[in-house]
Amino acid sequence: MDIDLPIALILGQDGIINGAIYALLALAILLVFTVTRVLMIPQGEFVAFGALTMAALQAGQPARLVWLLAALAVAEAIADLIVLRTRRQGAQVTFSALLVKLAYPFVLAALLYNLPTATLPMPVQAMFTLAIIVPMGPQIYRLFFQPIASAPSLILLIAAIAVDVSLVGVSLFVFGPESASTAPFSEASFEFGSVNVSSQALWVVGSALALIVALWLFFSHTLHGKALRAAAVNRTGATLMGISPVFAGKASFLLATLLGALSGILIAPITPISFDSGFVISLKGFVGAIIGGLISYPLAAAGALAVGLIEAFAAFWASSYKEVIVFTLIIPFLLWRSLTRHTLEEEE
Amino acid sequence: MNASEEKLLEVRNLHVAYGKVEALQGVSLAIAKGRMGQIVTVIGPNGAGKTTLLSAIMGLLPSRGEIFFAGELEPVPEVGRMVRRGMNLVPEKRELFAEMSVEDNLILGAFQRYRQGYRDHDRSLREVFALFPRLLERRRQRAGTLSGGERQMVAIGRALMAQPTLLMLDEPSLGLAPLVVREIFRIIVELRKRGVSILLVEQNARAALQVADYAYVIETGGIVMEGQAENLRNDPRVIEAYLGLGQHQEKLA
Ligand SMILES: Nc1ncnc2c1ncn2[C@@H]1O[C@H](COP(=O)(O)OP(=O)(O)OP(=O)(O)O)[C@@H](O)[C@H]1O
Ligand SMILES: [Mg+2]
Repeated sequence: MDIDLPIALILGQDGIINGAIYALLALAILLVFTVTRVLMIPQGEFVAFGALTMAALQAGQPARLVWLLAALAVAEAIADLIVLRTRRQGAQVTFSALLVKLAYPFVLAALLYNLPTATLPMPVQAMFTLAIIVPMGPQIYRLFFQPIASAPSLILLIAAIAVDVSLVGVSLFVFGPESASTAPFSEASFEFGSVNVSSQALWVVGSALALIVALWLFFSHTLHGKALRAAAVNRTGATLMGISPVFAGKASFLLATLLGALSGILIAPITPISFDSGFVISLKGFVGAIIGGLISYPLAAAGALAVGLIEAFAAFWASSYKEVIVFTLIIPFLLWRSLTRHTLEEEE
Repeated sequence: MNASEEKLLEVRNLHVAYGKVEALQGVSLAIAKGRMGQIVTVIGPNGAGKTTLLSAIMGLLPSRGEIFFAGELEPVPEVGRMVRRGMNLVPEKRELFAEMSVEDNLILGAFQRYRQGYRDHDRSLREVFALFPRLLERRRQRAGTLSGGERQMVAIGRALMAQPTLLMLDEPSLGLAPLVVREIFRIIVELRKRGVSILLVEQNARAALQVADYAYVIETGGIVMEGQAENLRNDPRVIEAYLGLGQHQEKLA
């Protein structure tokens, strides 16, 4: 099929928008993997959560997802109480911190069920969405991954799959089977020659760039960011500096959920999202991360952008094979990686 | 008996097992508290359990027995808490952050203090650079590309960033040229003057006994001898087992 310039530009625009989102996810996946060795398969679920929660708030429905947050908080409190009872002084949990963590989701729920969420300004809706979703990251780490932190990678992978499947189930229960999209951040659109660029597209790409710069600043210029990198580079060394693996694990999950939920909020006005969209989105982030060899952040971001572009053009030429084409992409990179494998193992 | 107030560190009857193998079988040792720091050394052959001992005290390995630090019993030592309380370990393998710069490696040594609310890392950094001027020249270099001696300096400097009261050094002279070894031992003595106590594990028994105040000899998981460092230096058994060979080698060299 022939492709002329305007079509190419439109496809390119789609590709860049999706690619920007995949890049954020690839970075999150890479961060979690290097710090905890967990392959963050549930990454895409937080995207779906972000989009669907935003849609629910805009439709004036109470965001029922807050009850998942509450359930996780209760489970975490029980786990912490057990630690508090069986362990010594010097355990990191204190009773008051535990109460605050336990109260938080219920205060949030009370607000959400009593405020007219549909009429709130969009930034406030976004804040609420993040307030519900982001704390789940550290909770999930605490409950499902911290207890098996030193288990073999295969066990961690199985746990990640189990968590993902459970989250999809919860998603169906909470949001129902219909897909949803949200209002764009603004209605404006711009003409660049023959191409019409929606302002939402600019929002997505601009926010993704801003987030990437913010992440870079965090990791290169703040002590906590450096501590997280240190934990990824050398776990024993980091532990000796008092950078506990638990702290690093929770922090990396926190950042990953933040990036996931933000991606969902950004993409929801452009792409309808349903409860089961997350997995495929995760996989595309993974393709990017794997292109980056699961170690290089810039390569992962570039790889994810390439995934977005290839996906857009594949959709035009052979739409039913779109996913197949994208995932087939991994194979040459895996081959290439396996040939240069020894360098990877040295990093471990 | 209560945890004696005059002791900075006291270890009583420490046992550590790797599976069924007991690597430490009831080790006891102490470091006195004083206005000046104390240097206490633990010497012994390969596989005696020296690294195991330091790891257990630091909370990296589970152990049985009693560990008192700064007058408090640590029922289950936990690394973060030990660092917060002023203990620091420079491990045998250094464990630097290879992909990060020298300066970042050092700054991370102050992480625990930073979390506790102290904001004195810039001053600590200047002190470390004053102690190791060579690191100042190389502060932008990636730690993974440093020479062995420079790496050891970063490892020690990084530990000092936490402003420890007890610094545990696991074979700081391992694999270093004699000139660098002398430099490292000069620093160790300097640190004692500044009030830092040091638990020094060494194979280089001669150098260790030279700087130490008190010494223990550990063999296959148990302390077999202890005493003032100068007494051990002149003890015929120590000379034969740990110093004699060294003398011989030095003559050859
Ligand atoms: N992770 C481990 N698993 C099983 N055995 C171990 C482990 N680490 C050490 N050991 C054993 O425990 C004993 C003490 O080892 P340790 O490393 O403490 O000795 P060391 O005195 O530090 O020796 P070196 O002078 O060679 O560093 C050795 O027999 C060693 O083989
Ligand atoms: Mg050793």
